[in-house]
Amino acid sequence: MTDPNLVYIYAVLRPTPEATAAVTQLRGVAGEPVHLVAPAAGTHRLAFAVGHVPAADYAEAPLAAHLDDLDWLESTVRSHHAVVAALVGCGAAVLPLRLATVYLDEASARQALDTRRDYFLSLLERLTGHVELGVKLYATPDITPPEADTDAAREQPTGLGAGRAYLSIRRRRQRRNDEAWRTVAQAAAHLTETARALAVDRVAHSPQRGSLAGPGPGTNVGNDAYLVRADRVDAFRTGILAAAEGVPGLRVEVTGPWAPYSFALQPEPQSETAA
Amino acid sequence: MSVAPCTERPVALIDLLDRLLQGGVVLTGDLVLSIADVDLVRIDLRAVIAPVAASALSQISEAPCPRPPAV
Repeated sequence: MTDPNLVYIYAVLRPTPEATAAVTQLRGVAGEPVHLVAPAAGTHRLAFAVGHVPAADYAEAPLAAHLDDLDWLESTVRSHHAVVAALVGCGAAVLPLRLATVYLDEASARQALDTRRDYFLSLLERLTGHVELGVKLYATPDITPPEADTDAAREQPTGLGAGRAYLSIRRRRQRRNDEAWRTVAQAAAHLTETARALAVDRVAHSPQRGSLAGPGPGTNVGNDAYLVRADRVDAFRTGILAAAEGVPGLRVEVTGPWAPYSFALQPEPQSETAA
Repeated sequence: MSVAPCTERPVALIDLLDRLLQGGVVLTGDLVLSIADVDLVRIDLRAVIAPVAASALSQISEAPCPRPPAV
């Protein structure tokens, strides 16, 4: 603790005895102890789970520099998530914060908690008793979503006269692929309907591409988050996997349960008068 | 150290990035950095993260939801 610290916020939660006890066991993104910050005044119905992190790493400039380092990013993301997951694990109603939300000191964090109390409470109200589940849909390797089918652009016809043959092969392949894709798209749509019926809400994330998207098999064509009642998690998982069973060309992964990261996003209300 | 959610597999980094960079409560809009009365330092990670692993993260920084735009 030689240099000045900033206050890193992990989550908003209701400070139950269990959560308060669990926090003392946790270490955060900088290996620091995690503790609760409650509003200065009034009832202690809400608290931030926070840690003191070195400004040398978490002020804007050093943080930006660190983010060029994927290992550093991964370690930070996993540590942040571990704190949130532990709080969820002890049964607390938790609103996870986005990565790297940093206040200058606990006084300003406390003030932020005070001014947003009603907003946080209404979000918590909505999310309490629910978890987030991820549903990732993959089209198997021999089926390419139309927008991702760029192989043709890279293939070179070999020699003179090959142009026409190439085009015909390409067209046949395209037709086969289109049919297979239609089947997969229909199955995916049906599966999404099934999932919606078993869930309270849905958020669609971008399909996962690139080097971090995992080894496959297949192309990720759906990457959704569902808000599911905690007592319906098994029913959701079973229903999804059953709906996906035996569908050729479609693979499904269910992830979670997660803290409701994807459902903590409503814009702050513009001082609406309560009805 | 950490309490993992009830899954057998380790959590994939990309699933975490989807949620921790795009989800989670966002407390305020723009980053303000001055010395005295800065209330909050909010780092817009999506801006700084663009150079990082661009192939993967560029996907993340695009607006994901096919929702009608709020006007």
